[in-house]
Amino acid sequence: MNVVPGTVLEDLPVAEDPPAPRERTRRIITEVPSRADRRFNQITMGAGISVLALLTLVGLFLMIQSSDALGETGIWTFLTRTEWRTDVTPARIGVLGLLAGTVLVAVVAVAIAVPLSVFSALAITEYSTAKRRKWLVGVVDLLAAVPSLLFGLWGFLFLSDKIVPISLWLSQNFGWIPLFKTSEDASLTGSIFIAGIVVALMVLPIITSVVREVFSQTPPGEKEAALALGGTRWGMIKTVVLPFGKGGIVGGSMLGLGRALGETIAVALLLPQVPQKISESIHILQNGGATVSGFIANRAGSDSFTTSGLLAAGLVLFVITLGTNMIASVVVSNSRSGAGVEI
Amino acid sequence: MTTIVEPTAKPGTTTAKPPRKRKRTARRPREFTTFDVWVLVGSIVSAACLNWLIFYRLTAGASAFGFFLGSYLTFLVIFAAVTTDRVGRLVAADRVMTVVVVSAATVVFIPLVLLIGYILVEGLKALRPGFFFNDQQGVTPVMPATSGGGFHAIIGTIEQVGLALLWSLPLALAAAVFLNESRSKWRRPVRIFVDAMSGLPSIVAGLFIFATLILPFAKSGNPLFGYNGFMASLALAITMLPTITRTVEVVLRLVPDGLREASLALGASRARTVWSVVFPTSRTGMTTAVVLGIARAVGETAPLLFTSFGYDLMNSNPFAGSQESLPLFVYRNIRKPDISAIQRGFAGALVLMLIVLGLFAIARFIGRDRSKRKARSIKPKTQTVKGAAQ
Repeated sequence: MNVVPGTVLEDLPVAEDPPAPRERTRRIITEVPSRADRRFNQITMGAGISVLALLTLVGLFLMIQSSDALGETGIWTFLTRTEWRTDVTPARIGVLGLLAGTVLVAVVAVAIAVPLSVFSALAITEYSTAKRRKWLVGVVDLLAAVPSLLFGLWGFLFLSDKIVPISLWLSQNFGWIPLFKTSEDASLTGSIFIAGIVVALMVLPIITSVVREVFSQTPPGEKEAALALGGTRWGMIKTVVLPFGKGGIVGGSMLGLGRALGETIAVALLLPQVPQKISESIHILQNGGATVSGFIANRAGSDSFTTSGLLAAGLVLFVITLGTNMIASVVVSNSRSGAGVEI
Repeated sequence: MTTIVEPTAKPGTTTAKPPRKRKRTARRPREFTTFDVWVLVGSIVSAACLNWLIFYRLTAGASAFGFFLGSYLTFLVIFAAVTTDRVGRLVAADRVMTVVVVSAATVVFIPLVLLIGYILVEGLKALRPGFFFNDQQGVTPVMPATSGGGFHAIIGTIEQVGLALLWSLPLALAAAVFLNESRSKWRRPVRIFVDAMSGLPSIVAGLFIFATLILPFAKSGNPLFGYNGFMASLALAITMLPTITRTVEVVLRLVPDGLREASLALGASRARTVWSVVFPTSRTGMTTAVVLGIARAVGETAPLLFTSFGYDLMNSNPFAGSQESLPLFVYRNIRKPDISAIQRGFAGALVLMLIVLGLFAIARFIGRDRSKRKARSIKPKTQTVKGAAQ
């Protein structure tokens, strides 16, 4: 800059303040969807929403169509009455006897299936070589693919006779437990116990696959740490794999419970499907018992009032299985192990 | 893990005869040595003998189940005791649990083998070629099981499952794409509902169709809204929908994000990306999912009871009149009191089982690990991606 002599300092051109930094506006990246994209979004969104709508409609229509029977009987009476008689007027129908059978079959099934599933899952994830693992997974998948009807058929005509001696043995040796008590000269075929065993085979694959998935997510570092500290394989499983997979085991069992509650054809074939008092149903080794789904299946094509009652029973089943499944998914996804697990 | 325990050479064994060179074996800490195998066998034998003594000699309560259970438990106890004595408590616990886990995994095999074998044996007794050409016209209870056939049931199954696939497949694919490819806030509720729906008892699906489409129109006399194959296909579609949606969604998730990003970066729209990149990449997986969905639907019985109802004669029109299908054929026949009907049911069960197992095998074959083949066929894949940018 050439400063002319004699000029006062003030006259010097003063550098202006640098311009205030422009306020940075966050650049919002938006997608401008093309027409095809918009159509694509609408279609997929529509599909998603229609799934939502479908399930809601199922509940809604069952409710509407069962209102005949529910209105006449009263919801509370319907839920707490054990007998189901349409031959008397007014008809006395209730779902409690069916529910008791349903829950007992499901509990027996889950009690048998869970230990087997956990051990099978352990065998798959911790005890097998890669080749044997593929085989085992294939077997469990195959078990899942066999239709419920074939399980029922097999259980009804083959397994039932084979289980009777076991029931006999249990009732002779453990008859002092109320669950295993049988009355004198009671028939031991067509029992809740047998139905439970067959249903256990059907829910085993689903429990195994959830538990296996959870076990396989165990952090390898923790497993290796346990082994490096000198633990045996079982020591490692007990201290790392099982605690890690606890949520998955609980959730998987509940998922299996949900499936077992809704099992239809096998129990329709295996049980006599005559509603009983709870005090009779509890003797699981002897003939007798009815489940909601099996009972509905056996009464297909009845008169309109019975049908309405059956729809009400179906609604109860719908609500219960839905609740069980929802709780199961929450348990699995909230546990540390199951966060990324598909169920 | 591969600690090699060397056989300790004894000092001062310098006799004239040089010691025979022992073969060095690498011993893993967990390995079963020959001696352990003997312990195992010995425990089994002694447990079996002890229980034979108890169950068949000392007491009268001879039951095969009690014998086996007792033997197994005794075996575990003996094995645990012997192993504890030899190698200590910790290792013994490990070995006993290994035995328990392996035996539990074996137990899972047994019912599967028994089931398949039983249906094979019983079904072959009554399955004749005529089964695939005849219906039950003119068949009376006194006729042998080989008379008549299940052709009407096979046709019914094909029509119902085909129609069900037609309804559910587009919806399931779109829903899976919605769950995986969109960024909508509705994804979470939809996923929860799909999960809940897959746990829906299949009979409820049948009841729903019955309550919505058949019952309200009962008096109208329109055959479309009565018991027919079309209604059955709708019920089957409801049971198939969540299965296919979830499996396809899992498959779509396996598509690497890089491929999607590449496609989008080349200027392709989202729809184009899904259609030309995501779908072709996951084609085999999606086919597997669909085949498994079909396999599930073929064996479903419960939803059909309230929708297609079952019929003894050929009805090839799925839109009017009740219709038979294989599961219903089996279910209705084995509930009849006469022996020949039950055998006929077994023939149907065998056909059904072969179809399901065949579909399962196809699904496995399609979905098999083809990483080696994929590595070779990388070039055509690239072309597909290029095509996406147009």
